[in-house]
Amino acid sequence: MGLLSKKDSKLILDPLADNNPITIQVLGICSALAITAQLKPSIVMAISVIFVLGVGNVIISLMRNIIPSKIRIIVQLIVVATLVIIVDQVLKAFAYELSKELSVFIGLIITNCIIMGRFEAFALGNGPWKSFLDGVGNALGYGIILIIVGFFRELLGSGTLFGFKVLGDPVEKTFLYSIGYENNGFMVLPPMALIVVGIIIWVQRSRNRALIEEN
Amino acid sequence: MEHVELFFKSVFVDNMVFAYFLGMCSYLAVSKKVSTAVGLGAAVIFVLTVTVPLNWLLDQYILQEGALSWLGAEFADYDLSFLSFILFIATIATMVQLVEIVVERFSPSLYNSLGIFLPLIAVNCAILGGSLFMQSREIESFTLALNYGFSSGIGWFLAILAIAAIREKIRYSNVPAPLRGLGITFIITGLMAIGFMSFGGMLTGGDEEIEVSEVRSAEVEKTSELNTENIAQNETLEVSEITPQ
Repeated sequence: MGLLSKKDSKLILDPLADNNPITIQVLGICSALAITAQLKPSIVMAISVIFVLGVGNVIISLMRNIIPSKIRIIVQLIVVATLVIIVDQVLKAFAYELSKELSVFIGLIITNCIIMGRFEAFALGNGPWKSFLDGVGNALGYGIILIIVGFFRELLGSGTLFGFKVLGDPVEKTFLYSIGYENNGFMVLPPMALIVVGIIIWVQRSRNRALIEEN
Repeated sequence: MEHVELFFKSVFVDNMVFAYFLGMCSYLAVSKKVSTAVGLGAAVIFVLTVTVPLNWLLDQYILQEGALSWLGAEFADYDLSFLSFILFIATIATMVQLVEIVVERFSPSLYNSLGIFLPLIAVNCAILGGSLFMQSREIESFTLALNYGFSSGIGWFLAILAIAAIREKIRYSNVPAPLRGLGITFIITGLMAIGFMSFGGMLTGGDEEIEVSEVRSAEVEKTSELNTENIAQNETLEVSEITPQ
C-alpha cells in the first residue's frame, strides 16, 4: 500500500467491525435510529457524519496544542456546530425534501456522541492525518450500521429500495406478492430500528465471541 | 387544557427515548443501576426545564425571521435561523456549567448526587433535541415551552428508570451469551417502545369526541339508528392506529 501504511489502514478498518462505534463502543445511537426507515436518508445521514467527523477531527487535531483543557468541550461543540450548519445549509439548498424528512436529526449530529467521543479520545492526542483517517473510519463504521438497518427496514417494511419496488407491486400483485407475500408494516415503525440493531449485535457477537459482555 | 394535553403528549406519546431515540447514549451507558439512573434522570429534567424556555426566548427575539424587529425597523427582515444550532448548543453548554457552579455552591449534597452527571448532559441529544423540537413545532408561548421542557424531561426520566429496573432484574436471567449487555438492552427498549406506541391513540381522543358528536347531531336530524356512531368510532380508531406514523 503506497498511500496508507499498515497502521493507518488499521485506523480505518478497525471501526468497521470489531471496534464499531454503534455496536461495540455504544456511541452515536441517538441520531442513528430515527432516520433509518428508508435507505436514502440513512445514506445521506452517513455521508453527513463522515464529512463532519473527518473534517472536525482534522480541525481539532490542528488546534490541539492551543485549546485550554478547561474549555475544550465548548470549543469542540462550536467546531461541530459550525460544520453541521454547513451540512444543513447544503442539504437545504440541494435536497430540500430530504432535509425536511431528516428534520431535527441533522442538527442532532452536534450531540452525536461519536463525534465528541472521537475528538476527546483521538484528535486531541494525534496528528491531523491520523485523526482524519480515524474520523473517516469511525464515521464509516457508523454509516455501515445505518445502511444495514435502513436496507432491511425499507426492504421488509415497504418492499422497496431507494423507492424502487424490488419485490414487485403490492397493488397489482406481481412477483413476490403474487404468491401471497405481504409487507411487514411493523418494520417501518420506530421500535423496529432498536430490535434490528439488537439483532445485528447478536450476529456480530456470535461470530466474534471475544466481544461478549458480562451480564 | 392546552397544558395538560402538551404534558401527556410529551411524556407518553412523543417520549424522547421511545419515539425519537434521543439521549440514547447516556440512556444505555448509565442504566445499569436504578440509583444512578435516577440521578441522571433528575439532572436531565432540570436542565431541559431550564434550557428549553431559554432557547425559546432566543428563538423568538433573535433567531426567527423578523424576530429582530424590536431593535428597529431596519432589522425587521433579518433571518438568523441558520445560527440556531450554534446558539442553542452554546446556551446549553453555558447553562450546564452555570447550573453546576450554582448547585455546588448552594447544595453540596445535591451536587454530589448530580455532579458527575452534569458534564455528560451538555452532550446529551435529548437536551438539544428538546430545543430543536421546540423550534420546529413552533410552540406558541413561554409557559408552553417551559411545560414542554419539563414534561419531555419527565418522559426521559421514566424511560431510564424503567430500563434500569429491568436491567437490574435481568442480571439473574439466562440471556443468550452474544445478546448479553447491549444486545438485550436494545431489544427490551424496542419492546418498550412498542408498548409506548399504544399511548398514541390517547390524544386522538379529543378529535374523536368532536367527530362523534357531529355524527350524533347528524343522527338526530336523520333519526337513524345508533349503530353509525359505533361504526364512526371504529373508523376513527383505525385511522388513529395508522396515523402515528
